[in-house]
Amino acid sequence: MAYDALVVRDLDAGYGAVRVLHGVSLRVPEGQIVALLGTNGNGKSTLMKAILGLVKPTRGTVRARLDGREVDLTGRATEEIVDLGVVLVPEGRRLFRDLTVEENLVLGAWRACARREISGNLRLCFETFPRLGERRRQRVGSMSGGEQQMVAIGRALMSMPRILLVDEPSVGLAPIMVKQTIETIGALKAKLGLTVLMAEQNFTQAIRIADRGSVLVHGSIAFEGETAESLGDNHLVRQFYLGT
Amino acid sequence: MSRLLRFHLGLAATGIVLIFALRLIGNDYAWYTGYVILQYVLLSVAWNVLAGYAGYVNFGTAAFFATGAYTTILLTKSLNLDLVLCVLAAGLISGGLGLAVGWLTLRLRGVYFSIATLSLAVVLQTLVVNWSYAGGSSGAYTMRPQGNNLFGNYSEFLFVLMLVLALGAIAAAAWIERSRLGMGLAAIRDDERAAAAAGVPTLRLKLIATAISGAMMGMAGAPLPYYASYLNPEAAFSLTYTINTMAMTLIGGTQSWVGPVIGAVLLSALQQGATVTISSAGNLLIVGGVLILFVMLAPKGILGLVQASRGKGGAA
Repeated sequence: MAYDALVVRDLDAGYGAVRVLHGVSLRVPEGQIVALLGTNGNGKSTLMKAILGLVKPTRGTVRARLDGREVDLTGRATEEIVDLGVVLVPEGRRLFRDLTVEENLVLGAWRACARREISGNLRLCFETFPRLGERRRQRVGSMSGGEQQMVAIGRALMSMPRILLVDEPSVGLAPIMVKQTIETIGALKAKLGLTVLMAEQNFTQAIRIADRGSVLVHGSIAFEGETAESLGDNHLVRQFYLGT
Repeated sequence: MSRLLRFHLGLAATGIVLIFALRLIGNDYAWYTGYVILQYVLLSVAWNVLAGYAGYVNFGTAAFFATGAYTTILLTKSLNLDLVLCVLAAGLISGGLGLAVGWLTLRLRGVYFSIATLSLAVVLQTLVVNWSYAGGSSGAYTMRPQGNNLFGNYSEFLFVLMLVLALGAIAAAAWIERSRLGMGLAAIRDDERAAAAAGVPTLRLKLIATAISGAMMGMAGAPLPYYASYLNPEAAFSLTYTINTMAMTLIGGTQSWVGPVIGAVLLSALQQGATVTISSAGNLLIVGGVLILFVMLAPKGILGLVQASRGKGGAA
């Protein structure tokens, strides 16, 4: 039975007096990748942060279905939400620059269930990104953007997520790395049975792996498309991304 | 495991060597000087738990330190409790104070946390000044016992007590650095929001660090009434403790427990020397001068200098 792993309903959120999200509703079916599309400043990151409790919503709910259990995430502390299996790969990677690759990865394994599987999950990370295995003792601050993005995704994998939130994985990467990173996310989803919500500006790359897409404009969902064609035909997408 | 054992044996051996070396000097002043130096080792290692590991600058060292000292005064006056028990109680009370202050202030980040801790000393000092049972503003006297069962000389006993506390703090700090707690604190220091997003329970870890740091500082202050035999609020809550502790840690380097130990030994030995040879008022001047030099020439402290020269050596 297909069900929705993540359901956002009528969400308002913002910073101080500035309201960024206006009644956002969104659902992510279990085992699918939903691409959250929209240009800078439309609220993609804020929505991600609000789901994870890093920004407190002023209205609306965030609910998740994890291991057959319905959980209300609204108002919970971030570490609690992560502990339930909802994990974010933050925008700009936000790694611990003074620590090594391996230390960064191990820091992702704070959940009780993930703590028991650290060595197995490290192996998974190094299989997925052989580059990281070669550089496990290197300080993360001295690595390239693409390698850092690998560490950021690896850190999220270490927590054995059920629902993975990925915020702008392509920011600051070379075009070839963008393609690779997006493909890896797609492969990981298939391999681990993840549910993924991915915010991305790079429409053409994102739509290659996404099962569906939602377009966020000025803090509200303006359009939802079930297929790549329907998204490509949409006038908003054409206006923002395709320049036609 | 054997590495850990060797580390602990090394600490214990260092302690024993220190005791016998000072016995050879056989002078009360040597015990006093050693006591003051070790007190700063303890304070600096404690301060570094929060500042170096988690990146939270605490301006309230004097408050925790004085809380320990006044715990001893109150428990001696009311229950005539043995000093060793007073030290343990001071650890509990200052640790609890750390927890309470942390709970109130750790939601604040960066400089706001620092300002809040600075005001803690002012608040507590006002409290003690108006508390006549604790001696009020005129202070309290503590009668020092003639001797000690184990150590004939009471000054030697105070020195050994501080030595055990300082070595214990070093062992605890070294443990934190290797532990999950230490790694979580390092993540908080690097990027607190990212740490939270990675699932690190940031508030809980910060509270644990504040409690450990506060408890150590309180224990550092607990023997003070016996050391000085007279204590008034102005001396106990003196900002000197806060500033010295910070300067020593920054000069030594915040990356590991070694930094505060080096900084505290060097700077307090220098201060003690200057007190005898030049004047006791010159102390803070020395601290200020040395600190300015380090901030300009070696912002990562002595440890940073050592690491930089090693890094060069390795590359060549």
